Amino acid sequence: MSKNSKTAVINMTNITKSYEMGTQVVHALRGVDVSIKKGEMVAIMGPSGSGKSTLMNIIGCLDVPSSGEYHLDQIDVSTMDDDEQARIRNKRIGFVFQQFNLLPRTSALKQAALPLMYSGYSLSERNQRAREALEQVGLGDRTDHRPDELSGGQQQRVAIARAIAANPSIILADEPTGALDTKTGEEILDLFEEFNKQGMTIIMVTHDPEVAERAERTIWLRDGLIVE
Amino acid sequence: MNLSESFLTALDSILANKMRAVLTMLGVIIGVASVIALMALGTGFTADITDQIADIGTNLLMISTDFDNSGGYKTLSMSDVDALSNPLNTPDIDSVSANVGGMQIVAANGDSMSTSVSGVTANYLAMNGLAAFQLGGDLTENDVDTKARVAVLGAGIASDLFGDTFPIGEDVKVNGVGYEIVGVLEESGGGLAGNTDDSVFLPITTAQSRIYTERTRSGDKIISSITANAASAKQVERAIEQVTLTLRDTHNISYGDEDDFSIFDQTSLLDTISTVTASLTAFLGAIAAISLVVGGIGIMNIMLVSVTERTREIGIRKAVGALRRDILAQFLLESLVLSLLGGGIGIMLGWGLAAIGSSLFDIVAIVEFSTVMMSFGFAAAVGLIFGIYPAWRAASLRPIEALRYE
Repeated sequence: MSKNSKTAVINMTNITKSYEMGTQVVHALRGVDVSIKKGEMVAIMGPSGSGKSTLMNIIGCLDVPSSGEYHLDQIDVSTMDDDEQARIRNKRIGFVFQQFNLLPRTSALKQAALPLMYSGYSLSERNQRAREALEQVGLGDRTDHRPDELSGGQQQRVAIARAIAANPSIILADEPTGALDTKTGEEILDLFEEFNKQGMTIIMVTHDPEVAERAERTIWLRDGLIVE
Repeated sequence: MNLSESFLTALDSILANKMRAVLTMLGVIIGVASVIALMALGTGFTADITDQIADIGTNLLMISTDFDNSGGYKTLSMSDVDALSNPLNTPDIDSVSANVGGMQIVAANGDSMSTSVSGVTANYLAMNGLAAFQLGGDLTENDVDTKARVAVLGAGIASDLFGDTFPIGEDVKVNGVGYEIVGVLEESGGGLAGNTDDSVFLPITTAQSRIYTERTRSGDKIISSITANAASAKQVERAIEQVTLTLRDTHNISYGDEDDFSIFDQTSLLDTISTVTASLTAFLGAIAAISLVVGGIGIMNIMLVSVTERTREIGIRKAVGALRRDILAQFLLESLVLSLLGGGIGIMLGWGLAAIGSSLFDIVAIVEFSTVMMSFGFAAAVGLIFGIYPAWRAASLRPIEALRYE
């Protein structure tokens, strides 16, 4: 299995991030080293204010670190501009959010095809791949449904289909079960496990220990530092 | 992502919010509709006036005394009319008429009033586009030759003096002398030839022997003005030259002296009026264009609100890989599509308004292709210009904050 290949998908060394809030400087991350190998399923945990969200934003290329180096797939992404980051997110990162973050009034098929549209696939090709992704999350018969016609669990499945459609290097899930009931949440986690078994790298940011239990390992954050 | 994809995305978003789209377009619809309608009515109005002049005849030359160079005397006489009527002198002129006129006391049925009384040649009314009779008919050559005591009345004076009485065969008195009414003109309104509704027309010879008995210095019977008709519009310029040469000759004007008469032709009048009406049309268009700009600001407002309202959507699109220019194109195309759609609807609405205005003002409104293209182009420009700022705002949103936006 690819899990044993030892290649690091994510390699972060001495990452810091500080914000200026008025006159105060807030140090959200104070020197974090993270290494995640291909095919791992990792949870990132920590109380609010621990720097967990900041770390997720940097891993997801939604933000750049103040200092330190971050290699994603051996590519230095720590100093990229907005559009370069957008291209990396498009091809290498699949996002799953707590609030699903689907486009309103848009069919499941178009939702799942969204990243493919921005990477320039033809309409037929991206519909084909989006349909496959929806089948993989068990929504092959719901392609024309819009978010308001789907249950919470189904909406999160559409979001997962969107995340996997472009076949990214990592799936980055931010509290993926936070808005779901326990049973539905379990099903979503089962889905992640299944994808992980197929070799996908999954990173879950959560404060729920039950979610973290599903991961192979947990990275604990406190006051902007990793604690074991 | 290519342009057609951005266009489809923009179209999707418009179709998903039809009510908002209609409200956004409303300003442009009203703006374009008013441009089309006002310009069409303006153009129709211009054409109407031009037609009225053409009715009189664009080939007409009006010749009158130039008092600045005549020493204060009236210089035109019947011998001038004869000279101008001679094709050897004026080969490019096919007919000549003359009139002599002034204000006189006119009475009938115990009523009296001061009004314009003209002595005219038999062809005068026809040449000046006035020969439309509601009753009776025109003065004849015979009337002129025999100095007949007959009269043609304008519609206004006929109804003032006679009311419901049938006027033909009745007498109208001018300075106490009776003239038998042979014709009553149609109402001409305030036409460009002046208001003739209150005029009385007599044979020119009759008028000259009974009312306007003045003579020129050489002893000829004076006339007020001569109307000469050039054989065609192309011959107008040559006709003017021929008239000038002929009259300088009959008036014995030495080389180097100024003409004691002036010639006025309709083309110069037409030019003047076209200029006036063109500026009127442009003025109406400018007012309407202002409403189009206001419509553009409306688009910008709603697009700005829409950017705020769709912050999360923008965040999602950016998170999954939309570039700045993808978002920029999507929102810019959205405002462009809205303004063009609004422009299209506005053109149709404007067309309808122009049609309604046509029947209301009794003119034929003319929707010109150039106006349609101009307002369509203007609407597109409005969409682009007022779409830029909201689109730039959308494209500049940071995905982290946009995703967090509630």
